Amino acid sequence: MKIPDLTELALRNLRESLLRNSLTTIGISVGVASLVAMLSLGIGLQQLASRRLVKSGLFDTVFVTSRRDLRNYDRDDQRNGPAPGESRILDEPSRQEIEHLPNVLEAYPDIRFITELRYEDKPHLTMVSALPDSARSNDAFEGMRGSFFSSDVAPEVILQKAFAEELLGKTPKPGADDVNVSELAKPLLGKELTMRYAQRQAAPSAPGAGADMSGPDKSALSGAAYSVVSREQKLKIVGISDLDPESLRGPMRAKVFLPLKLGESLHVMQPTDLRELSRAASDQPVYSSISVRVKNPKQVQPVEDAIKKMGFTTFSILDASRGLAQFFAVLYAFLGIFGSLALAVASIGIVNTLVMAILERRREIGIMKAIGASDGDVKKLFFAEAGAMGILGGIVGVALGWAIGQVISLGTNIYLKRQSLPPEHFWVVPWWLVAFAVLFAFGVSLISGLYPASRAARLDPVQALRYE
Amino acid sequence: MTIAARRPPRNGDIAIRTEDLRRHYRMGETVIRAVDGISLQVRAGEFVALLGSSGSGKSSVLNLIAGLDRPTSGNVTVQDRDLARLSREELAKYRLHVVGMVFQSFNLIASMTLAENVELPLRFAEVDRSKRESLAREALDRVGLQARMNHRPSELSGGEQQRAALARALINRPQLLLADEPTGNLDSHTGTEIMDLVREFNQQLGMTVVMVTHERALAEHYAERMIFLADGKLVGDQPNPIASQQAVQS
Ligand SMILES: Nc1ncnc2c1ncn2[C@@H]1O[C@H](COP(=O)(O)OP(=O)(O)OP(=O)(O)O)[C@@H](O)[C@H]1O
Ligand SMILES: [Mg+2]
Repeated sequence: MKIPDLTELALRNLRESLLRNSLTTIGISVGVASLVAMLSLGIGLQQLASRRLVKSGLFDTVFVTSRRDLRNYDRDDQRNGPAPGESRILDEPSRQEIEHLPNVLEAYPDIRFITELRYEDKPHLTMVSALPDSARSNDAFEGMRGSFFSSDVAPEVILQKAFAEELLGKTPKPGADDVNVSELAKPLLGKELTMRYAQRQAAPSAPGAGADMSGPDKSALSGAAYSVVSREQKLKIVGISDLDPESLRGPMRAKVFLPLKLGESLHVMQPTDLRELSRAASDQPVYSSISVRVKNPKQVQPVEDAIKKMGFTTFSILDASRGLAQFFAVLYAFLGIFGSLALAVASIGIVNTLVMAILERRREIGIMKAIGASDGDVKKLFFAEAGAMGILGGIVGVALGWAIGQVISLGTNIYLKRQSLPPEHFWVVPWWLVAFAVLFAFGVSLISGLYPASRAARLDPVQALRYE
Repeated sequence: MTIAARRPPRNGDIAIRTEDLRRHYRMGETVIRAVDGISLQVRAGEFVALLGSSGSGKSSVLNLIAGLDRPTSGNVTVQDRDLARLSREELAKYRLHVVGMVFQSFNLIASMTLAENVELPLRFAEVDRSKRESLAREALDRVGLQARMNHRPSELSGGEQQRAALARALINRPQLLLADEPTGNLDSHTGTEIMDLVREFNQQLGMTVVMVTHERALAEHYAERMIFLADGKLVGDQPNPIASQQAVQS
């Protein structure tokens, strides 16, 4: 029989016992829906996770340090490391050179230091870090109260929630509900902080006058090419961030953020300055490390290689992403297995329905054989019926799965909104999943049709026609 | 192209030949000999009636000739095809193209309209849809049911259903018409209508007809030859002078 004829007869037969076949098809739909729901959730979560990582700026960032620094820490490296001529100082010219590499968006120095911030005359010691203007798009600032820096040199700060709590003297009670960011923002936004810091000055005179610092090697100061002066800077609080833009930085995390250009202009004494003293040819700053932002995560590897060739040491979180992909592969497998389980149960429904249909349609099968249907024709007809139920069930199931996803998504986002959190897009039904789910349902149905179809094909027409 | 066009010569070619045909059913210890050594020959274009009491093996013989069943031993040859040698697939093809069958209980498919029932063999033969429709119309026209082609079998009388079944048996223009008590469920008047159609197929289209019946009067009126079965054995085989005469007259 030709396929259009087969399809037509199959659909007609399905309509004949509408209730039973509908119930079977709904069974498949539920199976497919659960599969789609599970996998969509997995895909959505993965996309959310990688979106967060990309936005966090760590996925497309290469950290660069000087090899000389590294050699100070690692003696092994000295033996295998490059010849002294190859190792370079991480100064402004090399920063510019890196910035001009292909696929590099920007290269900015990491400015971070521990210093004292005064708020209402109470001192608070904390880690301060400077952020480039591109950090504006960082996920951490999505739920921020207030605004991002008005310019790259503005004397403004953004506080991390934990530091804001510290300033207000609120110690979060364990187990208690998290303090709302807007509650913290109200009394703090627009207020002023006074930052006291140690400034590096080119003048060789007056070494260490009033310098309030605890460098690891004070003796180095005696031969200093520049002096260290204590300074104050007034800073306006413009934003309170809920999330931590540097969440992957570990112990190096900062709680207070400055605009990058402002940070640079302050010439704050940094711990590594001491080590670089002997090499600093001028008052040009020497950086302890540089963050290099790459156009997209795929280009991290080539950019890293290029920077290494320049004679620097690099580090990126590329490996972290590989681990993440592995984790999600396992998650998919688990979700897929659970989703398929419902479909497996539904496939038993198909077998049952078709075996019932054979019993009911014994005579019809006998008639068809008597007027010339081959075993193959009968087999194909039952396959077509199973397949049609599979495809219909698949389509309805995908729609159902999608609807379930929308409802859950909506519910979660209403909840997030109540918690004054930004909405999340963690439910994704890509086209390939739609196609895969329908094909999978079709395949499972055909497999379920194997036994009933071959049983129908083997039916003896004489026996089938014998009884009324 | 029309159904009436083909009419093989009545030259006495052997259309059906059975040799020591047996069909035994094993029921535990006992063996039921439904067909027990039947040898007979039917010439092309002949109208033969198979007579016998209930359980004598008439339907069993017919099913063996139709290729619906396989003999326990012996063989059936239809137009030089040894049915025992055919595969299941080939047997299906044989039933599709060589044999037309009608039954006592009509055996139309209830969920299909008359037109769909009649064209069903053409679907198995993979004939194009447009051609199927015109052939079905033609066949239904021949049995006088063109007006009812979109009705379902349940909406028709017994006689009309049997006429539709005849149209279906006709649709692939087979050489052989096998009828198992085609009038068994019909009153005598309607039965006569059906038998007239069968005779028309036999005489105008040249189909070889083997008809099972236990109504001797019917056989005497229509068949050229009567074969009697009892307990699976052939017990009589005689020409029917009355019907032969009628055939010559028409
Ligand atoms: N599948 C079977 N299993 C066992 N016995 C069978 C089977 N089919 C037929 N028989 C037996 O074979 C014998 C012949 O049956 P068959 O149907 O050929 O008779 P028949 O002459 O057509 O009878 P009727 O006039 O009642 O239709 C009967 O005794 C029947 O019981
Ligand atoms: Mg019978």
